[in-house]
Amino acid sequence: MLKSRRIKGEPLFKIQRIEEESPTKSFIVRVLAVLAALTAGGFFLSLLGHNPLVIYQAMFKGSFGSVMSTQGTVKIVVPLVINALAVSLAFKMRFWNIGTEGQMIVGAIAASYFALFKGNWPHFLLISTMALVSIIAGGLYGLIPAYFKARFSTNETLLTLMANYIALYAVQYLKEGPWKDPGAKGFPQIARFAQNARLSMPLGVHFGWIIALLAVPLVYIYLRYSKQGYEIAVVGESEKTATYAGMSVPKVIMRTMFLSGGLAGLAGMLQASGADRTLTDTVAGGVGFTAIIVAWLANLNPAAVLLVSFLFALLEKGGGYIQSMFKISASAADVLQGIILFFVLAFEFFLRYRIIINKKGD
Amino acid sequence: MKKMSKWLILALVLVSALVFSGCNQPAPAPAPGSDPETEGFQPVAKEDLKVGIIYIGSATDKGWTYSHDQGMLAMQESLGLEENQVIKKEFIDEDSSCETALRELVEAGCQVIFGNSWGYMDYMEEMAEEYPEIIFSHCSGYKNNGINFNNYFGAINDARYLSGIAAGLKTETNKIGYVGAYKNPEVISGANAFALGVASVNPDAEILFTETQTWFDPDLEKSAAISLLDKGCDIIAQHQDTTMPQIAAQERGVFSVGYHVDMAEDAPQAHLTAPVWDWTGYYTDTVEKVIEGTWEPINYFGDMADGLVDLSPLTENVAEGTEEAVKAAKDQMVAGELKVFAGPILDNEGNVAVEEGLVLDREDVDSMMWFAFNILVQ
Repeated sequence: MLKSRRIKGEPLFKIQRIEEESPTKSFIVRVLAVLAALTAGGFFLSLLGHNPLVIYQAMFKGSFGSVMSTQGTVKIVVPLVINALAVSLAFKMRFWNIGTEGQMIVGAIAASYFALFKGNWPHFLLISTMALVSIIAGGLYGLIPAYFKARFSTNETLLTLMANYIALYAVQYLKEGPWKDPGAKGFPQIARFAQNARLSMPLGVHFGWIIALLAVPLVYIYLRYSKQGYEIAVVGESEKTATYAGMSVPKVIMRTMFLSGGLAGLAGMLQASGADRTLTDTVAGGVGFTAIIVAWLANLNPAAVLLVSFLFALLEKGGGYIQSMFKISASAADVLQGIILFFVLAFEFFLRYRIIINKKGD
Repeated sequence: MKKMSKWLILALVLVSALVFSGCNQPAPAPAPGSDPETEGFQPVAKEDLKVGIIYIGSATDKGWTYSHDQGMLAMQESLGLEENQVIKKEFIDEDSSCETALRELVEAGCQVIFGNSWGYMDYMEEMAEEYPEIIFSHCSGYKNNGINFNNYFGAINDARYLSGIAAGLKTETNKIGYVGAYKNPEVISGANAFALGVASVNPDAEILFTETQTWFDPDLEKSAAISLLDKGCDIIAQHQDTTMPQIAAQERGVFSVGYHVDMAEDAPQAHLTAPVWDWTGYYTDTVEKVIEGTWEPINYFGDMADGLVDLSPLTENVAEGTEEAVKAAKDQMVAGELKVFAGPILDNEGNVAVEEGLVLDREDVDSMMWFAFNILVQ
C-alpha cells in the first residue's frame, strides 16, 4: 500500500516561488549550473569525437581571443543588451512584452527612411534624426498593445507576438516593393546606406556599444531610484495596490511600454546603421527573443543583463568559430548551445522555484 | 544593492578590458611588397594556403550549398590540401553576420574567400576594399573591383532548357508546376528557359509558376509543390534549395525535375533529370591560381562546354525519345547554334519580349522581369 496518496482533485505537485535565496547558495547553484552545462555539453562533444576542453577553449578564443574576434562579439552584444533592457522594463511591470523583435524592426524601418532618402543631410543631424525617429517609432509600436491592455485588458503576450510578424512582413514588402535597390538588378534587397548614414566605429565596433553601455546605468537608475521606476514595480506587484495608492495604472503601462518599445527601436536603428549598414529582414534576427532569456537569467537587473549578454554572445560567436575550425556542423553547434542553455535555465528555475509534492494529510 | 554594484563593476572591468585591448594591439600591417594593385598577388606555398567559404545553407542540404561543397571537396582532394586548410561556414545570413563570418575567415589566415549567395555581394565588396591582399570571389552577383574581388556564375539556363524538353515530353495533363523562390531575374529567367524548352517539344503544355519567398524552407517548398499538384500538374520543377518539391511529386505518384544536383536517389520514382552545377573546375582552377600567384580579377561565367553546368543523367522515368531530343538540343547548344533566349519570344501578356532575330545577352537575362507566353503565374 502506498504510504502517501494525493487528495482527490489536487494536482500532483505545485510550484512555489522562493522569495529570497541566500547569496551563498545562489552563487554555488549558479557555479554548479555552469559546470553541469559544460559537462553535459562536453559529453555531447565527446560523442562527436572531439576533446571538450579543446573545444571550449576554442570557443573562448573565437569570441575574445583577439581584437577582431572581440569586436565581432561586442557587435552581437549591443542589440542584445538594449533589447534585454527593453524587456526588463516591461517585465518588471509584469507586462509580457515579447514584441521587442517587432519594435526593433519598426525602429530600423523609420531610421532607414532617413538613411535612404535624406542621406545628404549633415552627418550629425542625420544620425540624431535616425536615432530619434527610431525611438519614437519603436515606442509607438510598443504603445499599441499597451493601449489595448490598459483599455480593454487584452492579452499583451499575443498582441506583441503577432505585431512582430507584421513588422517583419513590412520589411519584406519594402524590400521587394518601394525600397527595392535599383542597383541590384531585380534582386530583392534594400540599398546599402551611404557612408554619411552609417554610424562611426570607435575602436572598430559601431557606435552602438557606447549607447548600450550608457543605457545600462540609465535603466538601472530609472528602475531603482526614479518615481516612475517605483510605479513600475508597484504596478507589477499589484495593480489594485497601485490604483489604491493613486497611481494611474493605464498611464504607467503605456508610458513604460513606450520606453520599452523605444529602446528596442533604437537597437534597430543601431543594427541597421551600424552593423548591417542597410535594412534587411534579419535586422532583428531573433534578438528580441534571445533578449527575453537574457532578461530572465539576469533577473531583470540591468547590470546583470550586460554580463549575461556577453555570455550569450560568447556562445554564439564561439559557436560559429568552432563550427568552421573543427568541422562541427552548424546544427551540432546549435545543439551544444541548446544543451548549455538548458542546464543553466533549469538550475536557475530550481533556484527561484520550489516544487512541492502534494501528500495525503499534509 | 551591494550585489548589483558588484555586477556593474565586473561588467565595467570586462568592457574596459576590451577598450584597452583594442588600443594596445596594432592592426596587422600588410606584408611588404604585396600591393596587389600594382604588382598582382604573390604566390602562396601550398602548405600555407587557407581557403575560406561562406555558405547560405547547409553543406548537406542536397541543393545549392551541397553543390558548392561537393566542388570544394573535389578541389581539396585534387590539389591535395589538408582538411584544416579549407574553412567553411554554414547558414550565414545576408546581413552583418556575413561580415562577422568573413572577418573570422580573414583572421584564420585565408588568402582566398568564396561566398555562395547573392546577398553577400556588397559585404564582400567592402571587405575586399578593407583587405586588398586577400582575394574575394563571389558567386551569383555581378560586381568586380578590378583588384581582388570577382564574380562567378554559369549558364544554368541552358541546362534548364534541356530539362524542359524532358518535362514537355513526359507530361500528360499538359500542366507542369514550377516552384520558384522569388520573382527575381535569376528565378524568372530560369523558369523562362525551362518553359521555352517545354514549348520546343510540346506547344500545348502550360507551366504553373508559384513563388515561396524563400530559398530554403523545406516545409514551405513542399506545400508549394502540393498546391501545384492539386491544380493538376503531373510534373514539378523547381528553383529552390532542397529536394522537398521532388518528394511531394513522388508522394503523388507523378514526376519531377530537380535542380542543383542529381536528385534521383531522393525521389527515385519521380525523378526525370535535373539541371546541375559542378563547381569543381572553378574552385580548383581559382585556388591553383592563388597558389601560383597568377589570379586575376576576371569574372567567370561557365557553360556546358566548360562542364560547369550540365543535365544530370536521364532516369528510366523519362518518356520515350527524350534522350534523342535532349542530345540533339545539347549538341546544338555546345556548337553555339541553339540559344535559349533567341527571338521571337512572346511574354505571357502577349507582348513581344524578344524581337525576331535578336538574342538576349547576359545583361538582359540578368534583369529579366517578364514571364514567357506559356507560364501562368499563380
